[in-house]
Amino acid sequence: MAQAGTLEIQHLSKSYAVKEGDLAVLEDVTLHIAPGEFVSIVGTSGCGKSTLLRLIVGLEDQYQGQVLLDGQRIVGTSLQRGIVFQEHRLFPWLTVEGNIELGLLNAPGTPAQKREAVREHIALVGLQGFEKSYPHQLSGGMAQRVAIARALVSKPDILLLDEPFGALDAMTRAYLQQELHRVWQAEGITMILVTHDVEEAVYLGDKVVVMEPRPGRVRRIVPVDLAHPRARGEADFAAVKQKVLDEFSHDSASLAEAPLKADPGAVPQLPAALWQFAI
Amino acid sequence: MIPYFSKTRHQRDRHPVPPFLRGWVLPIALVLLWWLAARLHWSDSPLLVPPGKVWDTAVQQVASGELVRALAASLRRDLIGLAIGVSAGLVFGIAFGLSRLFEKMIGPTFHTLKQISLFAWIPLLSVWFGLGDAAKVAFLSLAAFFPVVLNTFEGIRSVPGELIEAARVLKFTRRQWLTKLVLPAAAPSILAGIHLALVYAWLATLGAEYLLVSGQGIGNTMIDGRELFLMDLVIFGVIVVGLVGFALNWLAARLERRLLAWRGRSVAQF
Repeated sequence: MAQAGTLEIQHLSKSYAVKEGDLAVLEDVTLHIAPGEFVSIVGTSGCGKSTLLRLIVGLEDQYQGQVLLDGQRIVGTSLQRGIVFQEHRLFPWLTVEGNIELGLLNAPGTPAQKREAVREHIALVGLQGFEKSYPHQLSGGMAQRVAIARALVSKPDILLLDEPFGALDAMTRAYLQQELHRVWQAEGITMILVTHDVEEAVYLGDKVVVMEPRPGRVRRIVPVDLAHPRARGEADFAAVKQKVLDEFSHDSASLAEAPLKADPGAVPQLPAALWQFAI
Repeated sequence: MIPYFSKTRHQRDRHPVPPFLRGWVLPIALVLLWWLAARLHWSDSPLLVPPGKVWDTAVQQVASGELVRALAASLRRDLIGLAIGVSAGLVFGIAFGLSRLFEKMIGPTFHTLKQISLFAWIPLLSVWFGLGDAAKVAFLSLAAFFPVVLNTFEGIRSVPGELIEAARVLKFTRRQWLTKLVLPAAAPSILAGIHLALVYAWLATLGAEYLLVSGQGIGNTMIDGRELFLMDLVIFGVIVVGLVGFALNWLAARLERRLLAWRGRSVAQF
């Protein structure tokens, strides 16, 4: 199991049917992600980075190309793949403990083992003492930590993070980035982080995938060969960050948001309405 | 409790009436006015009975067991009707909320029936069930049924899409999806429906006793009072009905607040 978590994305394309025909969201994306690697994906809105994550986690289907986890084609969601969204998406009627237990609802193990796993993961994200708190009693950063624990408790091979700190204040964000790094080292699993924040991408990533929009493509993959812990103020760090930023400034016109156009990376309305009754 | 209404402790304390007594100011003033009106003979109409006489009637009703018998009969019907109406409403509402087919097939009929005034059912119900308890129970089941169906449906349809996705990621089974996501998420709305049903059913209990006159009940006590021109008995009945309604509503609000404590703020107060 040491090598579990190899993600192979080959010539992946995805489009949504819209009134005027097909809208390409992703075009010919190829990525190789090694076990235990931390990959950051940056790009402007509409570059399909969230759609890419939704495909990997299995919330979206119908694509061309291959998405393989450990050689297996991804079909539907699985406890092997955890995800943390920008919003915490905790169940408001459950306590911190209850929410984390949801991750183990359909996992193997005895109730005692599950209780132990929940306890361990509460400790992992540093929320001892808040086991019985309800989501409305938590700050945004704490709620996001619960969401991380919920995604990790079933011991997935891969953790996907869709702008998890995007809605937090700068200080909480910096702190949680450190925490996430610690968790990644402790768990040793593959993580893929989608973010707008270039500094966050460089701080956490082994490599930074820069995407460009309309249709979403991989523009460049920037390796980050810096030792941990990384200091945001150091020259090497700034150099890598600048390298990533340069990708955006080359032809900024093509990266800018098109005026008055729907964001193709956004969650389409149709499926959300369908699931309500399809399940 | 409510931030934008709260003042400093100092300002609050200067008010002449302590907070928990403020709701009593108006009723006490009205009783006082009533007592004065009777005492000073502002009117000699037999419609104006003094409060003392109503009190005597109350004591007599309680002591003789009349009140308990009448109230028990009314409440018994209320609870049976409520149980039937709420259970049927839950089953219907859940089926409605979960199944598009069910909604398409039964929806139009349901929405048409819902438009019919409750009291318009009385002639039909009295023909089918007679004038006894069966017709009354059927009538107030109907009163409880509609609000429960509508609120349950509404609650189930408004489960946030974000949480539905989270449930998919966590591999919920169909059963878990219903019991761990849909029903808890719909609980506030469902409880609001049951609360409404409680209020409607109590109103309908009285309505049924007026319109299907036979048997015992607090409504029948008041009808007797009217027919024998015992204004004290009528007023006593009105007060009892009001107090029971208030108590039922208070209980429902308490229960709602307790069950929905996870929302982190008090729900309906009164």
